[in-house]
Amino acid sequence: MYSRALTWWTILRIALAERLVYRGDFALGTLMRFLPIITQIFLWYAIFEARGNEKLAGFTFKDFVAYYLLTMVARAFSSMPGLASGIAGQIRSGEIKKFLIQPIDLLGFLLLGRVAHKLAYYAVAALPFALVFFLCRDFFPGWPTVTAWSAGILSLILCFLLGYYLEACMGLVGFWWLEISSLLFVYMLFSFFLSGHMFPLDMLPEPWHTLVALTPLQYLAYFPAAVLLGKIQGWDLVVGLIFEVEWVVLFVILSRVLFDRGTRRYSAYGG
Amino acid sequence: MTNHASYFRVFLTFARNSLVRNMTFRVNFLIECASSVTWTAMNLGFYLLIFQHTTQIGANTGWGKWEFFAFLATTMLVNSLVQAFFMPNCEDINELIRTGGLDFALLKPIDTQFLISLEKIDWSSLANFAAGLVLLIVSLVRMSVRPENPLVLAPTTVALYVFYVLCGVAILYSLMISLSATSIWLGQNRSLYDFWFYITNFSRYPMEIYDGRWGRPLRWAFTYLIPVLIVVNVPAQIIARPIAPGGSTVWPLAIFALLATAGSLAASRWVFQAALRNYRSASS
Repeated sequence: MYSRALTWWTILRIALAERLVYRGDFALGTLMRFLPIITQIFLWYAIFEARGNEKLAGFTFKDFVAYYLLTMVARAFSSMPGLASGIAGQIRSGEIKKFLIQPIDLLGFLLLGRVAHKLAYYAVAALPFALVFFLCRDFFPGWPTVTAWSAGILSLILCFLLGYYLEACMGLVGFWWLEISSLLFVYMLFSFFLSGHMFPLDMLPEPWHTLVALTPLQYLAYFPAAVLLGKIQGWDLVVGLIFEVEWVVLFVILSRVLFDRGTRRYSAYGG
Repeated sequence: MTNHASYFRVFLTFARNSLVRNMTFRVNFLIECASSVTWTAMNLGFYLLIFQHTTQIGANTGWGKWEFFAFLATTMLVNSLVQAFFMPNCEDINELIRTGGLDFALLKPIDTQFLISLEKIDWSSLANFAAGLVLLIVSLVRMSVRPENPLVLAPTTVALYVFYVLCGVAILYSLMISLSATSIWLGQNRSLYDFWFYITNFSRYPMEIYDGRWGRPLRWAFTYLIPVLIVVNVPAQIIARPIAPGGSTVWPLAIFALLATAGSLAASRWVFQAALRNYRSASS
């Protein structure tokens, strides 16, 4: 038990050290990532002006700005750059063999790598994030309530797990397809528009709104941001969190099944 | 004269070679066409959603639904031309310098900037050009058949539109080649490409949205310092909204666009040649 914990701790430490090598580039890159939001904010300002500053889908202009900033936080938890393509690449190149012969679990190892990545990311990105949020403090309706705050943090942790296992499942499809770039393209296309980081999903007309709510995509950006903004409360909040947990559990199980089936049909080509 | 003719022939050869290369992997080509058009269609869906909630972008700017879709079509036309003709080449300049492949380009008896800017053409990007054309025609027809304030297109307007779309392509090309040329000094330009992406991000919307205490300086800077705002705005205003509801016309800006195009081309030529003078063959 102790030696096992020590193994995981070592993996985490190595991954952390690896991530902190380019910290300057990291911090600058984080600030740059806020730039595209500027044009979005001007666009929505113009739209609200044309509407005579009437609320849009329950959002005021200030809510929109706050919403965009909060989806940045959510995306920072749920985005897993290169995870799926990395797994598929390892399957194709045969590198995955090392996880099959060593007593280390692939999904656990990669998960710890991502945890370390995120920890390092927040250690460095906290400052630029804090700066932007401080500069934009007038756009927020105030500090979230204790319920919104704790539900928000819970949904952020769940959205990290959901992002990880969802992408891992797509990577594991590589056991069957070898090349998954077209699958990833479709996923990216839908998650770009339907995870809610382009617009609050409440804007969608029916039946699209219900359909999108049935997918796990909304938990990658929309749900945590809306919870922290206090837009989802009471019964809706409970149901939303339960569904988020369900999606995480589903993708954890699916990833295990895919890994199990995949390794059984894996024929280890490559050097 | 014969010199110009041979440049044109070289360009045709580039175009043919690229087409042959694209057609070698035909299914891949079709998938690339389809995926870029799907991406555009999704974007279109986003703006359709916006116009479910508003009648125009900005109060009294005149950018109603079909005017804005004509604007969007113009963005697609300009961007697809840049992506087809210049993007694949400018992406490679960095690699040419790192590997020393630029030596071979310098040795050829042809203008180096011409050679390395146009060598490859990505034909699949022109799928978006076709999509943009369709969207433009649909928007213009919708605007000319509406009962109130219908759009009347004169042949000169269309000619000017084509001309200013090409000016826009020239401005974006100048910006791109200048950024790529700086990799001769810096050796690496990954973050410069991010920079390019973020800057062109500002060209995607009507310039009227940059207003107020923060917007005005931005609009000024991206019109006069780095002229990316006029790339799409000038042609789109010419074709879709000749006179704004406020009474201001596009013509002063259109005249400035001529100067900006000439200026950007000259500046990028200068940057490119200054960078070449600093080139020290990197490889063996």
